[in-house]
Amino acid sequence: MSGEIIDLAVIGAGPAGMAAATVAADLGLDVTVFDENPAPGGQIYRGIEAVATKRASDLAMLGPAYEAGKTIVSAFRASKAKHQPNTSVWLVQKDRQLGIASGGRASMVQARRILIASGAQERPVPIPGWTLPGVMLAGATQGLLKSAGMVPSGPVVLAGNGPLLYQLGAQLAAAGAKVTALLETEARYGAALQHLPGAIASGGYLAKGLGLISAIRKAGVPIRRNVTGLKAIGKDHVEAVEFAANGRAWRLDCEVLCLHQGVVSNAQLTLAIPAKHEWNEAQRCWRPVTDAWGNTDLEGIAVAGDCGGIGGAEAAAHAGRIAACEAARALGKIDAPQRDTRASGDRSAWERHLRIRPFLDALYPPSRAIAVPADDVTLCRCEEVTAGEVRAAVRQGGTGPNQVKSFTRTGMGPCQGRMCALTVSEVIADQLGKSMAEVGTYRVRFPIKPLTVGELASLE
Amino acid sequence: MFRRLHTSSSTLTITLDGVALKVAPGDSVAAAVLASGNPACRQTPVTGSDRAPFCMMGACFDCLVEIDGVPNRQACLVEVREGMQVRRQARPTLVADRLAS
Ligand SMILES: Cc1cc2nc3c(=O)[nH]c(=O)nc-3n(C[C@H](O)[C@H](O)[C@H](O)COP(=O)(O)OP(=O)(O)OC[C@H]3O[C@@H](n4cnc5c(N)ncnc54)[C@H](O)[C@@H]3O)c2cc1C
Ligand code: FES
Repeated sequence: MSGEIIDLAVIGAGPAGMAAATVAADLGLDVTVFDENPAPGGQIYRGIEAVATKRASDLAMLGPAYEAGKTIVSAFRASKAKHQPNTSVWLVQKDRQLGIASGGRASMVQARRILIASGAQERPVPIPGWTLPGVMLAGATQGLLKSAGMVPSGPVVLAGNGPLLYQLGAQLAAAGAKVTALLETEARYGAALQHLPGAIASGGYLAKGLGLISAIRKAGVPIRRNVTGLKAIGKDHVEAVEFAANGRAWRLDCEVLCLHQGVVSNAQLTLAIPAKHEWNEAQRCWRPVTDAWGNTDLEGIAVAGDCGGIGGAEAAAHAGRIAACEAARALGKIDAPQRDTRASGDRSAWERHLRIRPFLDALYPPSRAIAVPADDVTLCRCEEVTAGEVRAAVRQGGTGPNQVKSFTRTGMGPCQGRMCALTVSEVIADQLGKSMAEVGTYRVRFPIKPLTVGELASLE
Repeated sequence: MFRRLHTSSSTLTITLDGVALKVAPGDSVAAAVLASGNPACRQTPVTGSDRAPFCMMGACFDCLVEIDGVPNRQACLVEVREGMQVRRQARPTLVADRLAS
């Protein structure tokens, strides 16, 4: 480890991390942002600098919410904050040491404070055939469109629910892809209705959502509602999707099937330290417990953005700035009243953006039949373990995810449970008639990113 | 399976399983594999079934490939470089296979 100690280490260069670093540097902190991607932007603004300079004609198709990233990235670039791209953080310790790996070398960094802004990941969508090549998460197809300007060359079907699915539908249609259909698994308009006042108060979200749906319709893409029994069919790669809707069975040919059931907090780092977590029933995922400034229960370690609960890109940027003010206070650059004043605009904007969430969470719940799949469905992609094998392990006395893991090898493959942890716990909770909070989740262990032999050797 | 919306003014050449492949600067290795015509990156150790990039954000590890001799690199997080040698990862020999033979 080099002797240098940095004031604030930010993990993640999405809107939360970039906004936090910009403000923290402005307040006089020595800040470094670590991100495993080659360019800043995070999930929403992926590739924004390259698109703006080399493929500016794509901005119209990607939409104004994407283009908004230009402002936040250029402010970050103009700030004194350092950016270490292509760098994954594989360890965070309570004493605020970080383990990082980049370009085949691993090293340790000591920070006075750490802000984890690691964002979200898409919820796993275990349906029959979801491991076939050509079946992808919706955000994956969107990422290809943003970062590489690529679209599916053959027919593509989008299936699931949530705002991202509609956004992808509108973007793919605008890009000229052959979108055969958008299959919506479940939308509970009745349950969402009570949250309508908050949704309206949060700003333009409803109008944006309706705009996306109308763009998809105008492009001639049929939207099928209340779709159940989704199944990806194919031998070596996906060839069709089967499902039920309107009381009949359907089959649509496709070369790419994009699945989506919403996004969940990426709590891999905070779970591994471990910080204290709670089950978020509305969003059906785990989140680190924080105070109003993003502080976890661990001294000097805070979170901001979607990794602390799903709030979307704009809320993430406000949360990042709020956490930066708190970091400057904790390190003695400003006092508490100055922090409160500086953060007040961001706090009210943050609260306003969060007011859409109860509406969205109620409208687009993950489909129960997908969250708790049938026996023959593979739920751990890495070790190829089925839901039936997990149930058998529970019958043999496996009472929690860690025991089931040792019985069946779920969560022991390279993804370290990122693609099965939620499903394994949902299946156990369902079978034992317990709540998710009671069942818990895997113990996540460092390194949270596998180190190569060379990286290990470079770590003295 | 995927096509490019733009023809890039400059291209790089990598090899995929020893075969030269023209790619665009800024492509991730996973994007390059998806545009190559055969999206598979690796076979699973358990059943040997093909896997292609699934999340494109570093979460699923289905995109593991060998890059310049180093196995198990996440293709969706690595940018292509001129002359890069990429290999799909075949199913490793399992203990069970060895016992059976
Ligand atoms: C695939 C995907 C696509 C999305 N697309 C949209 C969209 O188009 N529109 C929209 O409104 N919302 C989208 N979202 C929702 C999105 O989460 C938020 O809108 C927004 O990106 C959250 O910002 P953030 O700063 O919290 O996190 P993110 O933008 O997710 O940024 C987190 C960053 O941290 C990095 N990171 C995480 N862990 C590590 C580690 N261990 N080491 C190094 N780096 C790490 C990630 O690579 C990423 O760059 C998407 C979410 C996902 C998962
Ligand atoms: S495609 Fe999922 S980790 Fe690379």
